[in-house]
Amino acid sequence: MLVRARVLAALAMAAVLLAGALTACTAPRDERTLTYWASNQGASTAQDLEILRPELDKFTARTGIEVDVEVIAWSDLLNRILGAATSGVGPDVVNLGNTWSASLQATGAFVTFDDEVMRRLGGRDRFVASSMTSAGMAGREPSSVPLYGLSYGLFYNKRLFAEAGITTPPRTWAEFLDVAARLTDPARDRRGLVVAGASYTENAHFAFIFGRQHGVHFIDEQGRARFTSPRAIDAVQRYVELMSAHRVVEADDAEIGTTSEAVSEFTNGRAAMLIAQNSAIAAMRSNGMPDDAYGVAPMPVLDPLPRGGQAVRSHVAGSNIAVFADSPKREQALRLVEFLTSAEEQRILNGAYGTLPVVRDAYDDPVFRSPANETFAGVLARDAEPMPMIPAESRFETTIGAAIRDLFARAATGQPVRREDVREALADAEQKMNGSGGG
Amino acid sequence: MAAVEQRGTDRPQWTDRRRWTPSRRAVPYLLLAPALFFELLVHVVPMLGGLWMSFLQLNQFFLRHWLTAPWAGLDNYRFAVDFDSAVGAELLRSFATTAAFSLITVALSWTLGMFAATLLQRAFPGRTLLRALLLVPYALPVYTAAMIWKFMLDRGDGVVNAALADLGVGGESFWLLGDNAFASLVVTAVWRLWPFAFLALMAGMQSIPSEVYDAAAVDGAGIGQRFTSITLPMLRPVSQVLVLVLFLWTFNDFNVPYILFDQSVPSAANLVSIHVYQSSFLTWNFGLGSAMSTLLLLFLLAVTALYLLVTSRRARHA
Repeated sequence: MLVRARVLAALAMAAVLLAGALTACTAPRDERTLTYWASNQGASTAQDLEILRPELDKFTARTGIEVDVEVIAWSDLLNRILGAATSGVGPDVVNLGNTWSASLQATGAFVTFDDEVMRRLGGRDRFVASSMTSAGMAGREPSSVPLYGLSYGLFYNKRLFAEAGITTPPRTWAEFLDVAARLTDPARDRRGLVVAGASYTENAHFAFIFGRQHGVHFIDEQGRARFTSPRAIDAVQRYVELMSAHRVVEADDAEIGTTSEAVSEFTNGRAAMLIAQNSAIAAMRSNGMPDDAYGVAPMPVLDPLPRGGQAVRSHVAGSNIAVFADSPKREQALRLVEFLTSAEEQRILNGAYGTLPVVRDAYDDPVFRSPANETFAGVLARDAEPMPMIPAESRFETTIGAAIRDLFARAATGQPVRREDVREALADAEQKMNGSGGG
Repeated sequence: MAAVEQRGTDRPQWTDRRRWTPSRRAVPYLLLAPALFFELLVHVVPMLGGLWMSFLQLNQFFLRHWLTAPWAGLDNYRFAVDFDSAVGAELLRSFATTAAFSLITVALSWTLGMFAATLLQRAFPGRTLLRALLLVPYALPVYTAAMIWKFMLDRGDGVVNAALADLGVGGESFWLLGDNAFASLVVTAVWRLWPFAFLALMAGMQSIPSEVYDAAAVDGAGIGQRFTSITLPMLRPVSQVLVLVLFLWTFNDFNVPYILFDQSVPSAANLVSIHVYQSSFLTWNFGLGSAMSTLLLLFLLAVTALYLLVTSRRARHA
C-alpha cells in the first residue's frame, strides 16, 4: 500500500511538472501589456528605470496599454535580441545599437517602417537626416527608427587646461597632440588623453572615423574588407601611436574595456581629455563631475586633410527602436514607438539621458541649446557618417576592433608597434572578416 | 437505496483503477521517466539541433527560420579545419591554448589538492575549520570568483602588481594583456578548482583503513614510501575520475576567460569555447560555430573514451 502511494505520488509529481512545462510553453500573454527591452542609456540600469517609468506610466494613462520594461546592459542586448529572433519568443518592442541596424534587419525579425508607418511617426523628414542613415540597409526601408542620438566629441577638463595655460580646445590634430603632450605628466599620474583600448567597439569606431579622415572606406561596395590599404594602415597607426609613439595615453589604458572606466579616469583628473559620445555626460554627472567643470569641442581633424579625406568627426551613433515582427500586439507596439519618438518625449528622455533628440521638432528645448549639446548636435548633423550599413557590420567591428586591441596590448607591454606590425594585424583581421564564411 | 446503488457502482471502478497500477518491475522506469524526459529536453534535443545546424549555412539571414537555411553539407567542417585560413588557424591556435590550459590547470589542481589533503589527514586543533575555509573558492559562484581575480589583476588598482612589487618579485606588469593573460587564466582556474580536488582526494583518503598505514609503519616504511605505496595506489580510482572531470570542466571553460577579459579575450587566452562563441555570436556564423562545437564534442568524447579505456585496462592489470 505504501509502495502504491509512493508510486502515485511520483507519477503525480511528474504529471505536475510536465503540465507546468507545457502550460508555460503555451500560456497566452497578457493582451494589454507590452514587453519592452530598453537599452542601458543612463549611468545604471536603475537610473534608466527611474527615468523611463514615469514616462511609460504616462503612456499607460493615455492609451490604457501597460508596458513591462526591462533595461538590458549593452553587453547582453545583442545576444538577447538574437535569442528572441531565433525563438520568436521575446519582447514586442526593443532598443538596439544603431550600428547593428543592417545586421539585425537581415534577420527579418522586425517590422518594416514603410511609408505608412513612417507617416504615423510624422514622416521620414521629421527625423534628423543623419540618424536616419543608420536605421537599416542602404536603399531599403528601415526596420528600426532612431530613438536617442549620439556623436563623438572631445571632452576637456577646464581646470587642467587653465593650469597648463591652454585657453582654447585644440582644433587640428597637430594642436591636439601638442596639447595632450603638455598635459601629460607621469610624475603627477596624469596623461593628456584616456582611451578604452580594450573595447573593440570603440576601437572600431575610431578606425572608421580616422579612416574617413584619411579618405578610405574599410568596407568596399561589395561588402568586402579592405583593411590593408596604405591609408587604412595610416588611420589605425594614428590611433595606436597615441600610446606607442606620442605617449599621451597611459599604457594602463590598454586594459580599459568600457567607456565608463575611461570616463572615471577623466572625472578623477587622471586624464585631461576624453574623446567620447555624449552619453558619457550621464556617467560624469554620476561620478560627481559638474557640467561646468568640462568643455566639449568637436574632435580635431588633420589639417590639411589627406587627399580624398573628409572632416568626419564621428560615426552616426545612437540607439534605435524596433518592433518585433512576431509580436501579436503590433498596433500597441507602434503606438509606443509613436509615443517615444514624439517631440514631448524626445525632449524629456534625451534631456534626462544627456543624449540628443532624433526628431527636429524637439530641438527647440533650451536643454539642447547648451554649448555641449550644440556641439554634439552639430557633429551629428554635419560631421558624422554612418558605420558600414552591411549585414556583416558586427563582424567588421569585431575583427578590426580586436586587431587594434592587440596593437594597444603590444604598445602597453613595451613591444614596438611598427607600420609593419599594424599592417600584419590588419591583414589578419581582413582575412578573418572576408574568410568567415556563411554570410 | 440510490446511495447504496451508487456505492455499489463505485467499487468496480476502484477495482479497475487498481488494475492499472504499474507492476513493481515498471516502477523504476516510471520513476526515471521524468528525468529522462527532461534530459532529452535539456541536453539531447539541443545537441541534435546543434548537430543539424552544423550542416547548414546558417547566418543572420536565416536565423528566424533556421530550418530553411541552405544545406552546407560538410562545408562548415571543412572551413573550420582549413588551417590555411584565418578561421582554421585561429581554431587550431585556440585548441592548442586550451589543451595547455587544461593540462596545466588539472595538474596543478590535483597536486595542490593532494598536498592539502595529505597535510590535513593528521588531527590538530582547528582542522575542521581549516578544511571548510579551503573549500570557499569552490563554493563561490564562478562569476564572483572570476570578478575577484579580475579586480586583483587589474594593473591600475589591483593588488597583485603591488604585492609582487613589495615582495621584490617584479615590477608593474600587465596580467590581463598579452602572454600574461594565459597565466592569469590558469591562476584563476586553479584557485577555483583545486578545492574540489582537495575535497575528492580527502574523501578518498578517509576510505583508506588506518591499519594499512600502521602495518606499513611497523614494517619500517617511511612517509614517502607510505605515500607512494599505499596512498597513491589506493586513491587511483578517485584520481582517475577526478582528473577526467577536471579536464572536461577546464577544456569547456567559458566563464573564466569571458569574465576576466570580457569579449576582448587576448590571443594568448583565447580558449576554444571563446573562439566558438565568437564565431557564432560575434560574427553571426552559427553554422560554423555549430560545426566547431560538434568537433569539440567529438574530441572530448574521444578523450574520455580513451582515458577510460587506458585507466580500466591498467586497473585490470594491477
